[in-house]
Amino acid sequence: MSTANWTDDQPIVSLKDVHKSFGDFEVLKGISFDVKKGEVVCIIGPSGSGKSTLIRCINALTEINSGSIKVEGIEVNDPNLDKLELRKRVGMVFQQYNLFPHRTAIQNVMMAPVQVLKQPKQEVEERAYALMKKVRLDGKEHSYPGELSGGQQQRVAIARSLAMNPQVMLFDEVTAALDPETVKEVLATIKDLAQDGMTCMLVTHEMGFAKEVADHMYFTDQGVIVEDGPPAEFFANPRDERTQKFLGQII
Amino acid sequence: MTRKANSRQRLQASLQSGTDLPVLRPRSEVAAAYAEKDGLAFLRLNLKAWHGLVLLTLLLFSAGVAEAQSGNGREGVFSILIKWTPLLLDGFVFNILISVMSMALGTVVGAFLGLMQISLLPQVRFGSWFVTQFFRNAPWLVLLFYAMFMLPFQFEIAGVTIPFPDWVKAVIGLSLPVMANVSELVRGAVQSIPSGQWEAAESLAFTRRQQIWQIIMPQCVKRMLPPWMNLYAILTMATVLASVVGVNEVMTLADQVKAAEGGRTDLLAPLYGYILLLFFIYSYPIARLTVQLERRYAVKI
Amino acid sequence: MDIFYNWFRELYEATGINLPIFYNTFDRERFFSGLMMTIYLSAVSLIASVVIGVVGAWLQGSKLVWTRRIVQVYIQFFRNTPPLVQMYFFYFGLSALLPTFENEYGFQQPILGAFAWACISLSFFAGAFNVEIFRSGIEAVPETTREAAESLGYSRLGAYIHVILPLAFRVCLPALNNNLVNLVKTTTLAYAIAVPELLYVSGQIWSDYANVPEMMTVLLLIYVGLVGILVMSMNRWERAMRLPGYGT
Repeated sequence: MSTANWTDDQPIVSLKDVHKSFGDFEVLKGISFDVKKGEVVCIIGPSGSGKSTLIRCINALTEINSGSIKVEGIEVNDPNLDKLELRKRVGMVFQQYNLFPHRTAIQNVMMAPVQVLKQPKQEVEERAYALMKKVRLDGKEHSYPGELSGGQQQRVAIARSLAMNPQVMLFDEVTAALDPETVKEVLATIKDLAQDGMTCMLVTHEMGFAKEVADHMYFTDQGVIVEDGPPAEFFANPRDERTQKFLGQII
Repeated sequence: MTRKANSRQRLQASLQSGTDLPVLRPRSEVAAAYAEKDGLAFLRLNLKAWHGLVLLTLLLFSAGVAEAQSGNGREGVFSILIKWTPLLLDGFVFNILISVMSMALGTVVGAFLGLMQISLLPQVRFGSWFVTQFFRNAPWLVLLFYAMFMLPFQFEIAGVTIPFPDWVKAVIGLSLPVMANVSELVRGAVQSIPSGQWEAAESLAFTRRQQIWQIIMPQCVKRMLPPWMNLYAILTMATVLASVVGVNEVMTLADQVKAAEGGRTDLLAPLYGYILLLFFIYSYPIARLTVQLERRYAVKI
Repeated sequence: MDIFYNWFRELYEATGINLPIFYNTFDRERFFSGLMMTIYLSAVSLIASVVIGVVGAWLQGSKLVWTRRIVQVYIQFFRNTPPLVQMYFFYFGLSALLPTFENEYGFQQPILGAFAWACISLSFFAGAFNVEIFRSGIEAVPETTREAAESLGYSRLGAYIHVILPLAFRVCLPALNNNLVNLVKTTTLAYAIAVPELLYVSGQIWSDYANVPEMMTVLLLIYVGLVGILVMSMNRWERAMRLPGYGT
């Protein structure tokens, strides 16, 4: 399909004039930006500024009203969208982990590749064990989600998304529900991923982490991108008044 | 539609809770939000008056079918129903009376049985547990038969003969399962009170009796009320079982009406439909109230 | 076995406690067939009521307002009226209005017999409760879990089968078990329309032998035992199905 004419040097995710309303309330008022392959992008902004909605739209969990979102050339805002093709490419990690509590950690990781992608179980299992090791949870494969800490559950959730071999990973405030001491281990896992060259988009409140890991920062407020830039510049010299105020409050 | 509504709710909630301060939400708030999500989903009933109307239509429909089959020269089903309504209502009131008395008896005895189940003496605890389980697992109809056949016709106390008519036996027979269920309710409610309450009361030098009656029980009453009302609804439904053992309640009277009208079988559907409607009118408001109480108390506790 | 049976005959001769269901072959078989009928009736109604529950819960998620309303009327009607009257309504009322056919002896015979009507009315009665039980189970699965499944590429049906139903089932298992136990107890109502189940054959036996106290006691013990076994196996099942790390 349209992925055929997509090449590596084009942006892997491309948003053009994205609008989204919930009833009368307009959450996204024309958002446009591109993400290149291997880039790590952090989106920050006050609550209700639409940043979570934005990231959910990329995965077609929320439909947009107008505009265009392309992932590897696949148009997301298309009534005939092949959701499976999109979701094979885009992994998503939620604030709430959302592991399936009736399956063990390793089963959680293996479920989708086996049941959705119909890959051979043996092969998936090998990959799953490797992924559990990668998120530093070897030994916890046969624990149930209810028996793991929040940070451990979140890392299983990351491994579960990676098992689909996605091209882009979306992180929606993945540390917001965690205890302070377990935040670090999850951030370390994400950092590993970023260093391996995975394209990542993060909505986060962890400014220190964003500064360290991001290639590009976006600040959203009231449905628009107010300011963006490389982190060094973005944090040192914010140009817009709203960005200054926001950063002033948080640091 | 619902998905959109949901996300909209979520959005509004996040807009309301979040000021424009870009700080992490306090952990307690986050935890509370999860608790709400993971909490029990309470049955949501949207019950309207038209439910009753539909029932009425059903009744009229069955009556209409019967009317069509009754042919010429015979009295219409409606006029028969209207003619016998006073008698049927009398019978129905008797059903209600039986239910109220059984409930009262079963609740009093059951409450004591339930308290025995939390006794500190193992023998008392086991004995009351056994009695409770036994009567909870036995079918209502079998217990009713048991009471009917095993209780004497009359008691003689100090030379005075106290008669024991069938309906009194029915009250006793129906109160047995009520007793067992109330007992479980009390035990469950007491055990759902956090142990900290007992410890706090103990540390304030309350005696055990005072702990139960002044600290624990008052907290239990609220959570016991909705299931207790549910139990009453079940009991009301069970009062018709008394017809099987020959008490003159509404079902027995319905049979007599049929006999008085010359045993017309086409009368049965409208007659039973009529009784179904009587019960529905009585217990539906109770069911609604129960649901409302459940919701109200669920929020507060 | 014969020693066992004879012991009851001797018991009768010695004490007057008369239990022909043990020493008399005919009564033993009659009683046993009653027990089997109770189990058969329970099993059929149990399966049918669960099917009604699943289908009803699915229909309640329908987009059509009238579908939801009809299901709601069904639930409220069967929950708020006595099951015995429902059974009478079905068996005496509806059956009288339905056409009959001529059997091989030349008699007019209703299309459905007492057993069939007992199954129908018990299934609808228990099914009304099951609909609400299943629905509350499905509602208890958080929306975000469904979203997680969706984001892993599951289709709507796939997410239902692999994620939502397994979770919903675990959530509603205690309530479901409770209702099924109630259903088994409610099968005794079939006595009233002369289905030869346990209570009915016991009634025949005690009118033949006038041994009401003995039969009543045996009956009570058997029911308590039967329901007890059911409750115990259900509890064991619940424990096996419990989600590790959630609740106690």
